[in-house]
Amino acid sequence: MTYTQLSFIGVAVCIGLDLWIFRTGLVKRRIFWKSYAIIISFQLLTNGILTGYRIVRYNGDKIIGSSTPVDSAPAFLGDGRLAFAPVEDLLFGFSLVLLTLVLWVWFGRIGIGRAPQSGPPRTFMRRLIK
Amino acid sequence: MSHFAYIGVLIFCLIGTGWLELAMRTRVYRRWNRLMLAVLPVTVLFTLWDKYAIAQTHWTFDPKHVSTLTVWGTIPLDEILFFIVIPICAILTLEGVRSAHGDVVGDELLEQTAGDKK
Repeated sequence: MTYTQLSFIGVAVCIGLDLWIFRTGLVKRRIFWKSYAIIISFQLLTNGILTGYRIVRYNGDKIIGSSTPVDSAPAFLGDGRLAFAPVEDLLFGFSLVLLTLVLWVWFGRIGIGRAPQSGPPRTFMRRLIK
Repeated sequence: MSHFAYIGVLIFCLIGTGWLELAMRTRVYRRWNRLMLAVLPVTVLFTLWDKYAIAQTHWTFDPKHVSTLTVWGTIPLDEILFFIVIPICAILTLEGVRSAHGDVVGDELLEQTAGDKK
């Protein structure tokens, strides 16, 4: 299978786990998308470093775009890439994040580590984010 | 330095989210049992994906910029660490948002969510 195919399967499987197996329903919750919006911006930055500096290199036969060049950075935008990384990485990252949060919430729901709960922020943070 | 390029990115991620534990009182590391139970299955599953992807040449690594240590023959240690660090970062982000906004996540006791926004 190609990376493209696998990345779509990964997203479908993780959404299925969220909705019907663990029934955490995170993709229907506002807090998930708020968190994911923060995560994806840092993913674009850090993954951009890993792919732009060609620390991780991709095979053009297995992704929508072409191979990471041997002697130069890949396209920043276009050729199936976003911030140097193949768009498949966004789906890969989404699966990784969703599956993690599904399990985290599920274990909390069955009573493991529910307490002590998150928050409230320290006073100086409360003033900052107000 | 250069063998630590990938690991450097991971350290950046740990620091970039670690402050939430202190400033937002996320209490994620403190609940280490729940943290390990959530993260380890993800580490295992994505290591399997990585193993397959490397075998099928979906991606390769610049040997100059990753650790010289490999796991299971073909996987750079950096990758395993990635599948530990990024899940921790994701959980810290979720709990940071919960701390800031108080949104319902779905693991609260029933009486806490009564009348709360979805």
